[in-house]
Amino acid sequence: MKALSRLRHPALAGNYSLVVGMVLVGLLALVAVFGQWLAPHDPDLVDLSQRLLPPDASHWLGTDHLGRDLLSRLIVGTRLSLGSVMLTLALVLLLGIVIGGVAGFVGGKLDLLIMRLCDMFMTFPTLVLAFFFVTLLGTGLSNVIVAIALSHWAWYARMVRGLVIAQRGREYLLASRLAGASRWMRLRQHVLPNIAGPMLVLATLDIGHMMLHVSGLSFLGLGVTPPTAEWGVMINDAKEFIWTHPQLLLLPGLMIFFSVMAFNLLGDALRDRLDPTLETR
Amino acid sequence: MLRYICLRLLLLVPVMLGVSLLVFFLLHLGSTDPALDYLRLSHIPPTDAAIAEVRQTLGLDQPLYAQYLTWLGKAVQLDFGISYLTGRPVLDDLLYYLPATLQLGGLALVCTLVLSVPLGLLAARWQGRWPDHAVRAVTFLGVSMPNFWLAFLLIALFSLWLGWLPPLGRGSAGQLVMPVLAIALMSMSINARLLRASLLEASGQRHVTYARARGLGERQVWRDHILRNAWLPLVTATGMHVGELIGGALVIETIFAWPGVGRFAVSAVLNRDFPVMQCFTLLLTALLMLCNLLVDVCYAWLDPRSRLQGVSA
Amino acid sequence: MVGSILQVRGLCIEGRSGLLVDDVDLQLRRGEVCALVGSSGSGKSLSCLGLLDLLPGGLVRRQGQLSLDGQPLHPNQVRGRLASLILQNPRSAFNPVRDMASHGLETLKLRGITGAAARQRLDECLDAVGLSERQRVLQSFAFQLSGGMLQRMMIALALMAETPFLLADEPTSDLDALSQARFLDLLMQLVEQHALGVLLVTHDMGVVARCADHVVVMEAGRIVERQSVQGLFDSPASSSARTLLEAHQILGRRHP
Repeated sequence: MKALSRLRHPALAGNYSLVVGMVLVGLLALVAVFGQWLAPHDPDLVDLSQRLLPPDASHWLGTDHLGRDLLSRLIVGTRLSLGSVMLTLALVLLLGIVIGGVAGFVGGKLDLLIMRLCDMFMTFPTLVLAFFFVTLLGTGLSNVIVAIALSHWAWYARMVRGLVIAQRGREYLLASRLAGASRWMRLRQHVLPNIAGPMLVLATLDIGHMMLHVSGLSFLGLGVTPPTAEWGVMINDAKEFIWTHPQLLLLPGLMIFFSVMAFNLLGDALRDRLDPTLETR
Repeated sequence: MLRYICLRLLLLVPVMLGVSLLVFFLLHLGSTDPALDYLRLSHIPPTDAAIAEVRQTLGLDQPLYAQYLTWLGKAVQLDFGISYLTGRPVLDDLLYYLPATLQLGGLALVCTLVLSVPLGLLAARWQGRWPDHAVRAVTFLGVSMPNFWLAFLLIALFSLWLGWLPPLGRGSAGQLVMPVLAIALMSMSINARLLRASLLEASGQRHVTYARARGLGERQVWRDHILRNAWLPLVTATGMHVGELIGGALVIETIFAWPGVGRFAVSAVLNRDFPVMQCFTLLLTALLMLCNLLVDVCYAWLDPRSRLQGVSA
Repeated sequence: MVGSILQVRGLCIEGRSGLLVDDVDLQLRRGEVCALVGSSGSGKSLSCLGLLDLLPGGLVRRQGQLSLDGQPLHPNQVRGRLASLILQNPRSAFNPVRDMASHGLETLKLRGITGAAARQRLDECLDAVGLSERQRVLQSFAFQLSGGMLQRMMIALALMAETPFLLADEPTSDLDALSQARFLDLLMQLVEQHALGVLLVTHDMGVVARCADHVVVMEAGRIVERQSVQGLFDSPASSSARTLLEAHQILGRRHP
């Protein structure tokens, strides 16, 4: 696609943050995918005789309050965090593209209605919406994913709608229509490729946000629940040990921090290259 | 201007109605039965007789639209029902806890605005040089940090290690510092970046060249022609910050044992206390809409173009 | 002082693709209008802006010594004190969120004129340029006024600054024929009244014929010809001048 090919520009080699961002994200992805085999111990194995051990040869980062190996839990948590964010993103993109596309393409009263809906959803802070939907649907990761997706889709719908409307007036679309191409073909050939770039930028910049929300909600006990190894949950579990075993709290948070940074770095770099006019949140 | 404000205030009514409708139907169409939740929270065994009795008491045997109208009638009189969990009137409880949250959120907003301005200015003024790089690095970190983790870091540093600040509770000024900082850091970073971008864009505009051509000094050019014009996008952004800051407060309160609406809401969510959730959502909606109105009014006041060319609702 | 000369020597402006203005010397004498002509991309606008060191980002002023009657000067000393600027597309030259009065008052403040004296001077200058609805204009913002009125406002600001020299970068290019004629009339009137030294950048030979005393022709960033206006029209030496004159005369022949 046109947008992606711009990334293969010869200046890529000189673009520091883009390369670093991609490497870091790639690293995270690798850990997420191969986590199970990389983890030295079973992350869910409870062994109270081994609880709260300091770092040693067997447990490189020590153990938590239930005797579980910290390093293994951190590694496995990567898959959960990345996986849940990707799912959320997929859902958001689906909702955004479909609703925004329909609004832009059909126009008229439907467009107005959808825009009002967007406005409403955009006013609510993510957490408030998430609270509401978790009340509605119950706790659990899947419900948190739905809740976060429902609070983010409006931005994408707006963007898609704007792009679709802008593309609608282009000459080549008119020409194509005169030539008898169907609506669907016009959409696929002309509109979609031009949407990809800005969407990619927005998505990458958003991943960090979504990750923070997922772990935040899990921290509050509304998302993933113990004993699942998720960074937010691990921080919540470690609250009481902040004085004696701070690493139980610091390290999962560091993982969140690091992951969000990696995606933000990538997102910033992509934005600078593909669409510097995009306003960031 | 006055007409614009009145118009917007009037518009609030249908929006609130719409939201209340949506909230009501979504909650009651959910998978669980409110009657069962009520019984569970009241520690009454859910026998068939008990369920039937509760349904009648709570009016759950009525058709849905009738339930809504009953609810609406009471809501207009500011009676939002009784909490399933505490048994007390919902609005009373929420209004009791709200000021603490607003205090945190309000201070965090002030913090955001006050701290982000010098940072953004510094970065834009010395673009490409080390102050710019420093500010960009700091804001980048600020945008990536989970606020609940930061809260614990602050507690570890200021309470446990240095012993300067008390970690829990509300009452003294010292207890405000850490929660406000934890909430504000992300919005502050976003705002600083936004200001920097806005300033850079403003400084490239033609009227700045013309101002320099007329002999105005650099400081005056920055003050009257660049900064003055760069405020506008920030005003719009403030509306968004308010939402994020309130969201942040909801999470942070639990860590600092801050007696605000967040802890109350979290327990309501976990216990599926429907009346509380309903009122909570509506209360926050109203609050946010008012904030947005305030923001839009400020924008119209600052930008003569929107004032004179006709404002869009 | 009548007959004062503002001069720039050896002006060089470099962009990403190389030298855009190469070793340009320009002279402005009070009471005279010097036209700087050339086709698009010849570097005339850049020379005008570069003289005052007001180049847009990405362009660097490598060299260029300013002097007044032989006394070397820094661009800061020239801007707003010795020379005023008039730009094409005046709407974007004014700050969109501030009204005309505030632009005038800040210009006057540089001269040390404030308060009631400033208000009076504002009125005088607006009258001098023919902006009769003073109150309305002063309270207006740029988007509320027409292009012609905004150009006059720019001249009014130049008058308020009381500079002996004026640099005008294609001031009539965006105006319709009527506004153009009125603007040039005003310009010539003020040149006479205040003995202004004007650098008039334009690609329109009609404007040159109407206003200029001397002509400097630029091509690809360099000066290729200097002549009196009569001399240029009689016997243009450079190919650029010839092309411009031919284009102008063709228009003249078609619409006599």
